Amino acid sequence: MTSGAWPWIVIAGLGAFHGLNPGMGWLFAVALGQHRQDRRIVWLSLLPIAAGHALSIAMTAGLLVLAGVLVDVRTVSVAAGLFLIGWAMFHWFYGARHRVRVGMRTGLAGLGLWSFLMASAHGAGLMLWPVLVPLCFPGDVAAGAASPVVPALLGIGLHTLAMLGVTAAVAVSVYEWIGLAMLRHAWINLDLVWTVALVLAGMVLLVA
Amino acid sequence: MPTWTPDPSFYPSPRMAMKAKPETLAYVAAFDPDRKVPDSIAVVDVDSNSASYSTIIGNTSMPNVGDELHHFGWNACSSSLCPNAPHPHMERRYLIVPGLRSSRIHILDTKPDPRQPAIVKVIEPEEVADKAGYTRPHTIHCGPEGIYVAALGNREGKGPGGIFLMDHESFDVRGQWEMDRGPQHFAYDAWWHLGHDTMVTSEWGTPDTFENGLIPEVLLGAKYGRRLHFWDLHKRKHMQTIDFGDKYQLVFELRPAHDPTKAYGFVNCVISLENLSSSIWTWYRDGDKWAVKKVIEIPAEPASEDDLPPVLKGFKACPPLVTDIDLSMDDKFLYVACWGTGDLQQYDVSDPLNPKLTGKVRIGGIVSRATHPAGNGALSGGPQMVEISRDGRRVYFTNSLYGAIDPQFYPDGIEGWMVKLDASPSGGIAFDPKFFVKWPKSHRPHQVRLEGGDCSSDSYCYP
Repeated sequence: MTSGAWPWIVIAGLGAFHGLNPGMGWLFAVALGQHRQDRRIVWLSLLPIAAGHALSIAMTAGLLVLAGVLVDVRTVSVAAGLFLIGWAMFHWFYGARHRVRVGMRTGLAGLGLWSFLMASAHGAGLMLWPVLVPLCFPGDVAAGAASPVVPALLGIGLHTLAMLGVTAAVAVSVYEWIGLAMLRHAWINLDLVWTVALVLAGMVLLVA
Repeated sequence: MPTWTPDPSFYPSPRMAMKAKPETLAYVAAFDPDRKVPDSIAVVDVDSNSASYSTIIGNTSMPNVGDELHHFGWNACSSSLCPNAPHPHMERRYLIVPGLRSSRIHILDTKPDPRQPAIVKVIEPEEVADKAGYTRPHTIHCGPEGIYVAALGNREGKGPGGIFLMDHESFDVRGQWEMDRGPQHFAYDAWWHLGHDTMVTSEWGTPDTFENGLIPEVLLGAKYGRRLHFWDLHKRKHMQTIDFGDKYQLVFELRPAHDPTKAYGFVNCVISLENLSSSIWTWYRDGDKWAVKKVIEIPAEPASEDDLPPVLKGFKACPPLVTDIDLSMDDKFLYVACWGTGDLQQYDVSDPLNPKLTGKVRIGGIVSRATHPAGNGALSGGPQMVEISRDGRRVYFTNSLYGAIDPQFYPDGIEGWMVKLDASPSGGIAFDPKFFVKWPKSHRPHQVRLEGGDCSSDSYCYP
């Protein structure tokens, strides 16, 4: 492995970043626990949140792998890079314009759907592309020579585990000890950070 | 512009919002009943340490005449923190001010100078009608999908009225909210239980039956609104109707519990055709349906024909005409404005199905014309739009109901005023003798909105 551990660290780091974002699920888990007055709900909510997130990541990663197999990798990288930057712009200007489909009475299936929609709408999976490209299509190996599916699956698994770990840690800490008053000051504009991250990811793909 | 942290006036829960520092400004909608001078949003100094306390210190006139400013609201509020649809990095900054008669919507920016809001956008009635299919915009609420506007009429000024959405940053009219309105036809107020994914709407009537005043035949025929509607807030689908019955007319202001885990709220019914009483009803969750119970009945007071306006002479009684209610942030006290008799009552509603009267003041009133401790002689009009500070300590109200209806009950005219009560946390209310705003004769005051939010402008997703 030429690039060593770094791509995996980045994939895990992005998982942690996604888990930290209140809009990706920990806050919903806390709210559901408070509404039903049951700490088990906080824990139980983590599963559909992680599953929805993983599914969204897997679909975007699958798209990338499929494209990489069918078209040459460089073309896919450039197209993906442009797509990411476009997505970031769209997300910035129109991100808030969407129906609200899942409310506070949701069950676990609805929560999974919500997590899937949130991750997809925010382009969570797209952010992984710059790291997945070198992992799935390393160096000079011709596309299709080594299966890109295995590293993609490993990446999705690692990302989801990191996301789940951070989501769980934040949700439980806030529910049990910290309380929600901290939202007023600590809820920094992760959408802004997120948009910058998408643009950077797009640029990495373009110049790599 | 997006911000780095949430607006400081957004609070996750009503409990936290109660700790907000006291408001220093109140925004008040004021209209000219003669439609000759433009209506305005007046800014009243409510900082008791200020030299200009209890006076109008700013005034923003609308660009046209005859809008009939009535209710209004903020572009964004604490619901922005909801976990399912978060959009917390914005400012509570703009007042959305509709003209109930003109259907024109004004956007006022309170940030550059909170004491002199600036009009930054005017949405003409044609745009509202074209994009949303509605006219006569009334209630404004900031919520999960943007700004919700309850409108009383359709494009032609008839029924059905309903709700439309506006973008909370660009203020574009997005369109009709309802996907399936079921049997709903009349509209008036709208609010929700965020914790129960439920929208509630109430009923007045179509514009042709109130814009020239209440029509006695319609009222006595029980043809004004008398129902509550319950909707799936996210599917935007009508779920249930509750009919109060043909004795009850005008089901108005919706005050759901602020605590999102509680599934109950209060609504006022203005008049009973049986005995002219007003009533307060509690709606609550009963199994998998909503139910209502009449929890307060305020009787009409016997009166001499000589003291009554023509419309009431035959009844020899003064109806309470409860036309607004407001619920404190902790869901403990309900304030009830009796525009006919002049009472402003406070009930302990800790047990929402068994309210207890805990305080009462009287000012104005059709018969009583009661004065204020500041000593202003006999007063016209009566307690109408009520607003409560977030901490529950201060209660503000004004005295005009609606341009065309005011003279039906106060034929000698209404001289506008705004007053304030001090409320004890354990119950009990009293006038602040230092707070009496005598309104300029050109206008009459209606809804009050408090700086940073109040008890009828914000909703919460966390208990």
